Parts: sequence; structure tokens; C-alpha cells
Amino acid sequence: MTTSFTGPERHDHSEHQPEPGDHGRQGSDLINLGDGHHEGSGALPERFENPGLPEHVHRLGDDDPAAAKRSERQVASLFGVSMLATLLFVISYIVVGKGEIVTLPLIGATKALHVALGVTLGISLLCIGLGAVHWAKTLMSDTEVVEERHTLRSPDEDREGTVKILTDSAESTQLTRRPLIKYSLGGALGLFVVPLGLQLVGSLGPLPHDNLGVTLWDRKLNGKGRRLMRDPENTPIRLSDVTLGSVFHVLPEGIDDVQNPQDAKVKAAVLLVSMQESDIKNAKEASWGIQGVVAYSKICTHVGCPVGLYEHTTHHLLCPCHQSTFDMTNDCEVIFGPAKRRLPQLKISVNDAGYLVADQGFQEPVGPSFWERA
Amino acid sequence: MSSLAAQRRHPASIVLVLLLGLVITGGLYALLAPSSAGAAVGSSSDLKSGKSLFLANCATCHGVNADGRENNPSLVGVGAAAVDFQVSSGRMPLSNPSVQAARNSSNVQFTSTQIKQLAEYVASLGAGPAIPSSKYTSLGGNIAKGGELFRVNCAMCHNFAGSGGALTRGKYAPNLMDVSGKQMYEAMLTGPQSMPVFNDTNLSPQDKKDVIAYLKNVKNEPSQGGHTLGNLGPVTEGMFAWTIGIGLLIGAAVWLGRKAA
Repeated sequence: MTTSFTGPERHDHSEHQPEPGDHGRQGSDLINLGDGHHEGSGALPERFENPGLPEHVHRLGDDDPAAAKRSERQVASLFGVSMLATLLFVISYIVVGKGEIVTLPLIGATKALHVALGVTLGISLLCIGLGAVHWAKTLMSDTEVVEERHTLRSPDEDREGTVKILTDSAESTQLTRRPLIKYSLGGALGLFVVPLGLQLVGSLGPLPHDNLGVTLWDRKLNGKGRRLMRDPENTPIRLSDVTLGSVFHVLPEGIDDVQNPQDAKVKAAVLLVSMQESDIKNAKEASWGIQGVVAYSKICTHVGCPVGLYEHTTHHLLCPCHQSTFDMTNDCEVIFGPAKRRLPQLKISVNDAGYLVADQGFQEPVGPSFWERA
Repeated sequence: MSSLAAQRRHPASIVLVLLLGLVITGGLYALLAPSSAGAAVGSSSDLKSGKSLFLANCATCHGVNADGRENNPSLVGVGAAAVDFQVSSGRMPLSNPSVQAARNSSNVQFTSTQIKQLAEYVASLGAGPAIPSSKYTSLGGNIAKGGELFRVNCAMCHNFAGSGGALTRGKYAPNLMDVSGKQMYEAMLTGPQSMPVFNDTNLSPQDKKDVIAYLKNVKNEPSQGGHTLGNLGPVTEGMFAWTIGIGLLIGAAVWLGRKAA
């Protein structure tokens, strides 16, 4: 073990030749503030001295055996507390019933078992850690040690030997003399990457096709437009049910019959709102609704959260994730937040039986942007 | 007198005394107990006192004919449920106008009889939703169904555990934990302030009862382990982790880096 620091003997070097611009570093050259303006030379010393390691200071326990003994006892008692807590963990696991409820200050009614297990396990682990750190800080050796890094370069004879092994084996396998084998082996190994890569790319999932642009509202049910159904009761809605100021959460009829209802739901969820027809400022919005009852996609055009916070006094529709706000009186124009596009409207009408029905699917993809729709 | 005293140990006397006691108690009860049946009927005297209460406490803002002024809504057709909700929750009469009237159960200014009279008077101005029957506002609904309905219709504003949440421009959806079943029902029925209406064809009375049962269950459910931090989700949890959690980590790092004495 050698040290990279050359020790205090170098300090003598500069002390022997004090130069005019060299003050400040040594005690004898200190500038007295009473001397008035002092012109500095601006010159830097030729090299800075390595200050070396600070002097090693002994800890209390290094010199006093009683203090060391005290530290030992402290560490041992921390480990002892940990053992006790672990035993309490085992006991509470066995003794405390699963349904038992305890009322604690600040926390209120809570499951006794979970609290007991968590607290005892926490104390147990914490005390092991505290004990180990206290042990290391007060008793383990704390002398500073410097280790020199060895050179990374291998000796020349090892390097030559390696090259010789490689050239010799190239010679003995006849790779250098028979290029046909060399290239065909290269081709075989190179092509072998394809099956590995193919599985990787293939497992990214099927191509989206038209999935991002088409919802269940586009697909006719028995040749007719789908009725608007209450979520989660799945019952059809009459126009007269939607009284002024109401909001209905709507799913398309027959959503439970498709293969993946959840996949269909995340695109087809709709919010049905009733407001004064005179409040609607947008002609298209009014004509796609009936008597002030309008239906809009519930999927935010920002990142696809369900937009559901409807204030029936201001007709603002707020997304809970990033506070995008849509104005329902003006075709769901974005008036605040990160969303870039209006929510798509669903054109609705009343069918012969008096129920609300979607005339057509959404006329633009619902939800957030994707690569074909910037 | 002496003969009566002499017969006080007669076997029949105890029966007589008992009967007498029962008759007196029953009679007094019938005489003094408030008759609930009488109050339910909208008598003309109730309407009269309701109107005088209205004129004294509400007409300044809502107008003498309850037809509203500039920013103050007309009360014609809001129904008894809306009056009962606003007044019994301490929101109305509004103590000071702000973004939104806050629930203030310590500031209910009327007795239940007066609220009933006021509600009857406002209901007489135009048909509107009536105060719900206690059948639908008491416990006993389907908790699981109520939870599903709550998550679809209510949770986006009132939070998954009914702890409330922020709306736009200082408005908010209030915490539902200490709201009575009756007031929850009335709020769904009438849509107070920013809240939309959930009429009986949207959420049937049974559905509303289920939602109430779910919320009461959430309130009474013990926390699974430790502090709920107000059931506010990432806001309080993140704040706890960033202040207390990271503070503890920094403290531990400082302790680790210090030399022992």
C-alpha cells in the first residue's frame, strides 16, 4: 500500500524562498489592513501544494475504554430492541385478529393487525440499521486509507501472446484461406438475428388498423344506430328523462356483447347534458342535439382521461387529470388547459319508440392525438 | 279516607294504581307530544308563517315574489327539497356572498318546523321536487351498487372517497363525509350550485339510496392501516413524501456523514 500524497516535506520548499507576490499563504507575510491600499501582483504560485489528509482526530472511544464499552452497550441494546420488536411482530401476527379495529389518536379507527405488524417490523428493521451505523461510527476503525490505482494496461508480452493465439487459430481453422466458409458463416450468424428481432417487434401487439378512428357508435346494431344507454345500468334513455341541468353518463347499446367491452368503453363513453337551447352559441352543436340536449365524447383530447366535471351553472366541463376546460355552450371549445382539440360531438335523435339514438359515429377520432393525427 | 287507607293493601289496589299511572302518562303524552301528522299537512297557517319567514329572511335577495333578481335565482319551481337542502345545511340565508355558499351546520338559523314551513311556502309557488321520504334517505341500500353508481356519476368531482375536490375558479365539490342522507338525496335531486341534476329517471330513488349507503359505509369503514391523509390521493401523499419523507432521508444522510464525538 502506497500513498499518492507526498507528505509534509514539500511544505519546506516554498518557505525557504518567500517572493514578493507570494504573501497570504504563509503566516509571516500576512497583510496588515492598517497599511492602506495594497497592490497585488496578480501572480499565481507556480503550483499549489497538496494539502494532504487532515490530521487524524481520535474519537472518545478510541482513547477511553469506558466510552468504547458504552458504545458497545448502546449498539447491543439497539439490536436487542430490534429482536424485541421482531418477537412482538410474531406475537401480534398470531394474537391480533384479522377483523379487530383499534381507534388511535390522529389516525382514528384502523385495522389493529396492520398497524401492529407495520410498527413492529418498522422498529425491528430501523434498529438493526441504527445499531450498525452507530457501531461503524463509534467503534470500527476510522483511520483514513489511500489506495493507489494500478495501471490498466497489460504487460507487452501478454498483449503479444494474445495476438499470437488469435492469428494461430485463424491459421489452423483455415478461415483465412477459405473465404467461402468465412462469408457463409457470417451470413448464417447474421440472419439468425431476424427470428430474435421478429419476436420482439411482433410482441409489440397487433397493428392498430382503424381502431383509433372508429368507436362502437360507428358500427350499426342490426342495421340501426345504437341507442344511448345509462352507465352502469344499461337502460335506454328517453328525451323527457333528460330534464334541464341533468347530466347522464352514457355508453352505446350492446356494449356488453362485443368481444372486449372495456376496450369499446374507453373510446365510446359519452356525456349527455341538458341545457337551455338559447344558451348554445354554436349552430352545429344545436343541430346535432335535440332541444338543448347534447352528447359529447367523455374522452379528453389531451391524454384520454374521462372528462366528467360538469358545472351546470357555467356549462364548463373540466377534466380531472390536467384541468383542461371545455365550454359546452360553444361546441366544447377548449378554454383552459393542455388539451388542443374540442371534444367530438355525437349526433343524436329520437327513434320511433321515443328513445335517444346516435345517428352516426363520431366524425373525428376521439381522445388524444396519435401519429397519423398530429 | 280512613276506609281508603285501610283498603290500600287490597290485592286489586296495585292493579288500580298501575292503570291510573298508565292513563295519566298516556293522556299527558297525547296532550303534549308534537303531532307529526299535523305538521306534514300543508295547512294554511303553515303557509302563512312560511311566507312571513320568507319575507323576513329571503326576500331581500330572492325578491318579494321569490322570482329572483340579477344574480339571485328565482325560487319558483325549485321545490321543497331545494329549500330544505339549502337551509338545513346552513348555506342559506347566505351570510356573505362569495364564489360558492359553504355548508355550515353550526349556522342553521331555523328550527326544523320553520324550515318545513319555508319549504312548503316555496313549494306552493310552483311544482318542484318534494322533500324525500325517509325510506330512501336512511341506511340499508346496496353498498356495492351504490359504489358503482358513485364512481360513474359522482367520483370525478367528489373524489373516490367522497372527500371533495376542486372545480374551476375557486368553486369546489364539497366533502360528503358528514352530510346527512337526506341532504345527499336532496342535492342529487335538485342540483345545487355547480352540481348537475340527477333526477329520478337518471338515478332512481333506490339508486340514490344505494349511493347514500355507499358513502355512509366509506365514512364508517376503518382505515386499513395508518393515516388516510384525508383520502385526497396524490396531493397529500406527495406532499407527505416530499416534506416529511425526504426530510427524514436528509436527516439520516447528515447523521451518517458526521464523525462520532
